[in-house]
Amino acid sequence: MSPSTRQLRDVAFIDGVRTPFGKAGGMYAETRADDLVVNCIRELLRRNPSLPPERIGEVGIAATTQTGDQGLTIGRTAALLAGLPRSVPGFAIDRMCAGAMTAVTTAASGIAFGAYDAVIAGGVEHMGRHPMGEGIDPNPRFLSERLVDPSALVMGNTAENLHDRFPHLTRERADTYAAASQAKLAKAYADGKIQPDLVPVATRSTESGWGLATADEPPRPDTTVEGLAGLRTPFRPHGRVTAGNAAGLNDGATAALLTDTTTAAELGLTPKMLLRAYAFTGVEPEMMGVGPISATERALQQAGLTIDDIGLIEINEAFAVQVLAFLDHFGIADDDPRVNGYGGAIAVGHPLASSGVRLMNHLARQFEDHPDVQYGITTLCIGLGMGGTVVWENPHYSPAAQQDTDRPADDQEAAA
Amino acid sequence: MTTADTFPTFPDEVVSHAHVTFVDLPLGAGKAALITVDNGFDHKKPNTLGPTTLRGLERAIDTAYAEPGVVAVAITGKPFILAAGADLKGMAMIADHGQAVEVARLGHQVFGKLADGPVPTFGLINGLALGGGLEIALNCTYRTVSKAANGLGLPEVFLGLIPGWGGAWQVPNIAGPDTAVTVMVENPLNQNRMLNGPKLAELGLADVALDAADFIEQSLAWVAKVVRGDITVERAPIDRSESAWEAAVARGRAIADARVHGAAPAPYRALELISAARTSSREEGYAAEDQALADLVMSEELRAGLYAFDLVQRRAKRPAGAPDKDLARPVAKVGIVGAGLMASQLALLFARRLEVPVVMTDLDDERVNRGVGYVHAEVDKLLSKRRIGPDQANRIKALVTGSTDKSVFADADFVIEAVFEQMDIKKQVLGELESIVSSECILATNTSSLSVTEMASVLKVPGRLVGFHFFNPVAVLPLLEIIRGEQTDDATLATAFAAAKSLKKSAVLVKDAPAFVVNRLLLRLTAEILSAVDQGTPLDVADRALLKLGLPMSPFALLQLVGPAVVLHVLESLNAAFPDRFPVSDNLRRLVEAGKPGVWSWDEEGQPYLDDDTAALLEHGDDPLTDDGVRERVLTALAEEIRLMLDESVVAEAQDIDLCMILGAGYPFHLGGITPYLDRSGVAEKTTGRRFLPPGVASLPSP
Repeated sequence: MSPSTRQLRDVAFIDGVRTPFGKAGGMYAETRADDLVVNCIRELLRRNPSLPPERIGEVGIAATTQTGDQGLTIGRTAALLAGLPRSVPGFAIDRMCAGAMTAVTTAASGIAFGAYDAVIAGGVEHMGRHPMGEGIDPNPRFLSERLVDPSALVMGNTAENLHDRFPHLTRERADTYAAASQAKLAKAYADGKIQPDLVPVATRSTESGWGLATADEPPRPDTTVEGLAGLRTPFRPHGRVTAGNAAGLNDGATAALLTDTTTAAELGLTPKMLLRAYAFTGVEPEMMGVGPISATERALQQAGLTIDDIGLIEINEAFAVQVLAFLDHFGIADDDPRVNGYGGAIAVGHPLASSGVRLMNHLARQFEDHPDVQYGITTLCIGLGMGGTVVWENPHYSPAAQQDTDRPADDQEAAA
Repeated sequence: MTTADTFPTFPDEVVSHAHVTFVDLPLGAGKAALITVDNGFDHKKPNTLGPTTLRGLERAIDTAYAEPGVVAVAITGKPFILAAGADLKGMAMIADHGQAVEVARLGHQVFGKLADGPVPTFGLINGLALGGGLEIALNCTYRTVSKAANGLGLPEVFLGLIPGWGGAWQVPNIAGPDTAVTVMVENPLNQNRMLNGPKLAELGLADVALDAADFIEQSLAWVAKVVRGDITVERAPIDRSESAWEAAVARGRAIADARVHGAAPAPYRALELISAARTSSREEGYAAEDQALADLVMSEELRAGLYAFDLVQRRAKRPAGAPDKDLARPVAKVGIVGAGLMASQLALLFARRLEVPVVMTDLDDERVNRGVGYVHAEVDKLLSKRRIGPDQANRIKALVTGSTDKSVFADADFVIEAVFEQMDIKKQVLGELESIVSSECILATNTSSLSVTEMASVLKVPGRLVGFHFFNPVAVLPLLEIIRGEQTDDATLATAFAAAKSLKKSAVLVKDAPAFVVNRLLLRLTAEILSAVDQGTPLDVADRALLKLGLPMSPFALLQLVGPAVVLHVLESLNAAFPDRFPVSDNLRRLVEAGKPGVWSWDEEGQPYLDDDTAALLEHGDDPLTDDGVRERVLTALAEEIRLMLDESVVAEAQDIDLCMILGAGYPFHLGGITPYLDRSGVAEKTTGRRFLPPGVASLPSP
């Protein structure tokens, strides 16, 4: 096919699964990172039996710390360990917190280009086995030439920096947001919205024997604003960022199945989301929390949409203040129901490179329940000053539903 | 008082803990208890089951059943291992029948709880599961098995026991008597053949085989589906008619007779239990297992079997007297002098196991081509049986080359000669080799009876020569006698042991003495049988007399396998060394001169008979021995010869004699090789005035 006749193909998010997320040093302390990925890949195949495994053209798996059980080109090793045909290749990819998102957009680009018809893309981070910053060796020029502020390498410090820049985004607002995140996740669990996309994982413990992880370990559903107010601020004396209004240190893996829409139809696979646009942008490294703003603006521009067209927003909650900054920029209320309807990383956890697909799972589930919504986004802030946003279209969208719906007032205003 | 309270612990028991966790089953099926058996070590030290472990498992099962709301109990092991079976060291310490019964009952008491619980139980066979390890799962209501599991089976009969923690009753009742015979009798007696996961499921002993990648997860998902009723487990119906059942048992008896000739009790006790399991209740079946297990635990055959097992498991891997392995030199190219059948077998073995170039030489191109051709043909056979892949076949073939010019040995690190068994020829070959090879090159001789020390005398550096005595067929028999000549140096010896290990052979260090170990004893035995014949004992009486011991083949079958000419050749060399004890039978000479392949001819049904031609060759005296007389004569001779060998320090200990006879001559476990039997039958003491091994080492402890 010559370039002049090449046509891009539409990419569909068919399905996404994840392991329950664990606390670093918790239920996965003796479980390997690659085994977490393998569980996700096999679950995708079980859930989508009409997909012949040999049709999978690529397995892209992200990890921030690509060493040990997250090393050795984990996309390829996980494919082999999962029992995929040896003809299926794989790669490892890294963009820190946006690892899985980058795996999805990269693989999706390959589908659009026509390089293959189906891919598995996901991510893993076992922060218990691979603490943040393990083995890093920053070039001394960063500091000697003041290429970045010294605070840029410590994510908590970048969050404190955001509070400095936006003084009206107070700790109280951050704590209130965080408590709401816990409550929303608890409700989503109670409503059975989270469990369908979890793959149970056998957990190994020499002390207590095998167990089975079937639910997330990090959530604290009893969290109150009052309780959060008493937490210490580890990054600064009398600062604003606490363990309660930030995501924790977590273990977990995710994986999604993507195809072009023609292949989906051929194999009888039902798209849960359609990819419309994506963008990654860079910002000041010491202000990495604002990354989603510029990334979202650019992605919307590419999609020919505005923020008003977006009915559902899944934004990663590395820190509550970083979500607030995003909402503040776009004039969205802290408690807008369009945002993180099932709660976010503050409650469920944030195993760095895996979170991108977790956001997509949440968005896909909400699309099903909201045929009135046509577009949604998933967005993350990324270390060293980046943001990533993907714009998704809801295949369940029907204009009739939009008219009939009794949607919350805020939402209707936003859509108006 | 319960059994558990009264039973003493095994000394030094490595306790496998039974951890209990409670998990939410998938699909909302409810809460399950998951028990993990784990001794806290990695997979190289498998879980074993002793009394303390069993009591811990019992507590775990009780805890699981006591938990409110539990809908299922699943039990599995640490990664790659369920359990390797009973703690054999502890078994060997049991001193009386009452204790033995208690051990059996304790196992039934604990495992029986899995068979008789308030909720369904599930054995998740995640890996190695032998004997009692597999019986844990067999007592459960249902079983899953990992498709990657290896080392599954009930090897008790191989050692001299029966599956006595529920296996002997459960297997025929789960999967039918024929499978029970296969798993409990045929496989153990067939070099202790094991099963893998798919095979276990195929036999009906596991209800489903699942992929290894997420075996625990998918097993629990399967548990959930069974609990919910989504899956109904169906097993193949068992024909419980007496005729079908007893036909299977009869098949087992034929197998046992062919293997042990009634000499070992375990397979027959196993068959009795299988037979009774057709009509007996579980309680009756388990009670019968208690008695059978206790009887066998207190049998000499088991004690000899445990001793033999320890020899092949441990002593064979750490040869007595081997020098520091760090002294071994790397072997990157092997030379073989000769291209005959033995040399060709060696070439294949070296190429396959060492994966280095192997070059064979012989006198002319025809011989060389035949040798290399043999290797290539054998490689093709391995390929057609899928024992190796095409790339590996290409690799092995390319490694083996031939030449008529010994200069190809110039860069070899290890050259072994396999030329005709004659001292002058060997000396000439070795002298010539030394002028070609490098100063570091090890020289080895595959002699079966000649003196290594004398051969080395022609060498400028006699320390570089070592004896490397393989057994025919080379690919099958695991023994390698490594002979240290008087001047063999440690580096040469260490290299020989390292090579043996790479070749996957079990090496025993032997002094340079006539015919070394296995041939010396087999020839002594043969000489005694021939003498008995010469003096008038009927051929069939002489040939049959030793079968009662359960030896792998009769003396004349062995004679035919080795070939009368070779036997005569080795016998003559032994006769030269020890004329009194190794007479050369005139009847044997006549057989060789007449070119006979052996004593017996074989009819169309494979039965041996004496043809008239051979009968005319043989001369008999008029002083025949009875069956018992022949046996006593042979055993007395063996006891005498072994005592002499130990006094001459041919090997380090009696254990090495037994190891050689087990691995090189196929002597059975229930004899412990041979010295435990000579001890327990009283022959050793009567003949030599003393035992070979102290009581309790390979026998029941003294009362």
